[in-house]
Amino acid sequence: MSWTAYEALVRRDLKLFFRDRRAVLMSFAAPILIGSFFGYLFGGVTGSGDTAKIPVAVIDQDGSSISRHLVAGIASDKALELRQVTLDQANSEIRAGKLTVAAVIPKDFGDHAAKALFRATDKPEITFMYDPSHGAELAMVRGMFTQHAMEAVSSEAMGGNSKLLDETMKEVQGANGMNPADQKSLVQLLGSVQQWNARLNANPQASGEPRPGLSMPYTVREEAILAHKGAQYNAYGHAFGGMGVQFILMMGMDAGLVLLLQRQGGIWKRLRAAPISRATIVAARVTSAMIDAVVIQFVIFGFARVVFGVRVEGSMLGFFLLAVAIGLMTGGFGMLVAGLGKTVEATRGLAILATLMMVMLGGAWVPAFLFPQWLQKVTFAVPTRWAVDGLDGMTWRGLGFDAAIAPIAALIGFAVLFTGLAVWRFRWDG
Amino acid sequence: MLEVTGLHKKYGDLVAVQEVSFVAHPGETVGLLGPNGAGKTTTVAMIAGLLKPDRGEVRIQGNPVCSDTDPIKRKMGLVPQDLALHPELSAIDNLMLFGSLYNLRGAHLRREMDAVLELVGLADRAKDRVSNFSGGMMRRLNLASALMHDPQILLLDEPTVGVDPQSRNAIFTNLEELKRRGKTLVYTTHYMEEAERLCDRIIIIDHGKVIANDSLEAVRRLVPAVNLMEVEIVNPGLDGWYMGLRSVEGVETVESNGNQLRVGMGNLTETAPAVLDWLKANGHTYTHLSTQRADLETVFLTLTGRSVRNA
Repeated sequence: MSWTAYEALVRRDLKLFFRDRRAVLMSFAAPILIGSFFGYLFGGVTGSGDTAKIPVAVIDQDGSSISRHLVAGIASDKALELRQVTLDQANSEIRAGKLTVAAVIPKDFGDHAAKALFRATDKPEITFMYDPSHGAELAMVRGMFTQHAMEAVSSEAMGGNSKLLDETMKEVQGANGMNPADQKSLVQLLGSVQQWNARLNANPQASGEPRPGLSMPYTVREEAILAHKGAQYNAYGHAFGGMGVQFILMMGMDAGLVLLLQRQGGIWKRLRAAPISRATIVAARVTSAMIDAVVIQFVIFGFARVVFGVRVEGSMLGFFLLAVAIGLMTGGFGMLVAGLGKTVEATRGLAILATLMMVMLGGAWVPAFLFPQWLQKVTFAVPTRWAVDGLDGMTWRGLGFDAAIAPIAALIGFAVLFTGLAVWRFRWDG
Repeated sequence: MLEVTGLHKKYGDLVAVQEVSFVAHPGETVGLLGPNGAGKTTTVAMIAGLLKPDRGEVRIQGNPVCSDTDPIKRKMGLVPQDLALHPELSAIDNLMLFGSLYNLRGAHLRREMDAVLELVGLADRAKDRVSNFSGGMMRRLNLASALMHDPQILLLDEPTVGVDPQSRNAIFTNLEELKRRGKTLVYTTHYMEEAERLCDRIIIIDHGKVIANDSLEAVRRLVPAVNLMEVEIVNPGLDGWYMGLRSVEGVETVESNGNQLRVGMGNLTETAPAVLDWLKANGHTYTHLSTQRADLETVFLTLTGRSVRNA
C-alpha cells in the first residue's frame, strides 16, 4: 500500500467534508438539536425536571363515602393529574386528545362494592373511557384504581361503617346454599372485625393502632441502578448516543454517494490511472469516514456534557474505542452504498431508507427494550443496536471496559463484512 | 515509447474498439481522430489501465502494465475529458493530492507543483479555490495535474472541450512545449484543426476501427480530391439536387449542407469552371464561392462518406 497516497486521500476527504457547510450542519447541528429534543421528551435528567403526569378524569356518580375516599386516593397519586368532569365533557376531551382516561364511578358503587368484598355477587362496574392511542396509560391507571379502590372499600367495610358490617353479617348468616364451613369461618371473621372496631371506638386516641381495612402490605423504595450512588438517570445520554449514530450513518452514506459520483467523473479515472492499489483507495475512504465519525461523536457528546451534564460514567477507553468501531462500521457502510449502487440518483433513496431502518431497529429513536421480545432478539443483527447499546453502557449505565468489548467486536465484524461486500461488488472500471 | 498492439473491446454485441495498434515515440504527438462514440476514449481508457481490454496489449518502454500498482504506470499521465479536479479545494491542494498519488512528497512535491503551475500560467492563482476559476483555467489546471509526476507519456482525452479560443491556444502552447521537451503525447479530438496543428501522426478511428494511421502528410494524400470548392447556393433544390455533379468530369466528392455545397476535385483549374457551368445550366445561382486545400475533415469524409461532426 502506498502510504503517501493513502495519507493524501484521507487528508483530501477530511478537507472536503469539513469545508462542506451542509455536511457539517447535518452532522453536528442536527444531532444536537434532535438529541436535545428527544432527551427532553424522555424525561431529561431525572429529579431535575417535570415528569409528565397522565391526565385522568373521574366522574363520581355515587358520591358515597367510599367513592369520595377512592377519588381522594387517586388525587394523591404523583403519576396522575386528576380532574372531576361531567360525562359529556370527558367524552369530548378524550376525542380531542386532551384527556387520556376517564373513570366513571356508578351510583351505589360504595354500597355494592363493600358487600361484594365478602361475597362475589352484585359487583359494581367502573367504566374506563380512554384514548385508544394510549393503551399503555390505560393499564397503568387501571392498576392504580385497583389499589386505591381496595383501600377505600376495605377501610369502609371493615372500619368506619358498622351498619354495613352488621348487614353483611346478617346476609352471611342467612345465606342459603353456602357451604356451612365457609359460612362459619366468614361469621367468625366478621365477628372479629366487629370486636376490633369496638375496641378502637372505645379508645380513638390509641396510638400505634393500624387503621381498619386493607392496605398495601408493603412499602416501596425506588432506587435507580446507575453508575454510582447518587447518580441521576440522564435521558440525554441515550438521545445523544442514538442521534449521533443516526447522523454518523448519514455521513457514511453521503461518503458512499460521493464515491459513486467520483466514479462517474474524471477524478476516479485519474485515481485509477495512478499506481495505487484498490486497498489504498478503500482504506483511505474507510479511514476518513472513521475520523469524521469520531470527531462528530466527540463534538456532540461534548455539547451534551456541557449543556445537559451527560457524562461518560463508564470506561473512557471503551467509549473511545466504541466511537472508532462505529466509525469503521460507518466507513464500511459507505463503501457498501458505493459498491451496490449504480448511479447517485438511483442509490440515494434506497440508501436513506436502509439508514433509517438501521437507526430505527437499532433503538436510536426509542430504546430497544420497548420493542417486542422477538424484535429485540432480531435487532442484534443490526449494527446500530450494538452501537446504541454500547454507548448507553459507557455513558449513563456506567459499565466498565469489559462491557464494551462485545459491541466493539460486533461493530468491527460489521465493518469487515460491509467493506468486503463492497469491494466484491464495486465496479472498478467506472 | 508507447506500443499499443491489437486492443479490442466489446460491450455485449457492440464492438467499441477493434484491433487498434500503433506506436508513439518520444517527442511525437499522435492524434486519435474520430467522431463522438468512435472509440477514442475507450482506447485511451485501456491504455491508461482504467479498462481491461478483451485482448491486446499496451507496453510502456517495452514493459507491459501488469497490475494496478505497477511502477511502470508512473511513466504515464492522464488528462481525462471530464475535469478531474476538486472545485472546493485550491489549485495547490489539488496538485498536492495528485502528486501524492505518485508518491511525491516534501520538497520534491513543492518543486514539481511550482514547475507545472509556471508551465500552465497559474502560479499567481495557486492558492485560489478552483471553483473561482474560469473554464479555461480549470482545463489548464487539469493538464497541470497530470504533469505533477513528470510522466514520459501523456494521454490527453479531448483536453480542450468547452474552452474559449484564448485558453485553447494557451493549452496548445503548453503541449508544444512538452513535445519540445521530448514527451510522447497521445491526443484524442474530433476537432480536425487541432490535430492538424499538433499531431505528427494521425490515427483516424470510426466505429472502433482504425481506418487510417500515418503521418499527417501521408493521410492527406489518401484523398484524391486535394482541393475543395465551397459554394453558397441561393436556391438549392430538393434532397439530392446536387447528385448530378458527380457526373461532371474531375469531381471527386460532393456534399451539401443546407445552402452550403462542398465539391472536392483534383484539378482546380479544369474542374471548377465545369462545376459552375453545371450549376448555371441547372438554374442554381450562388452568392459566394471559395477554395481551399483538402483538410482532415475532407479525409474523414472521403474515407467514411460522412462528416466528422455529422457522424
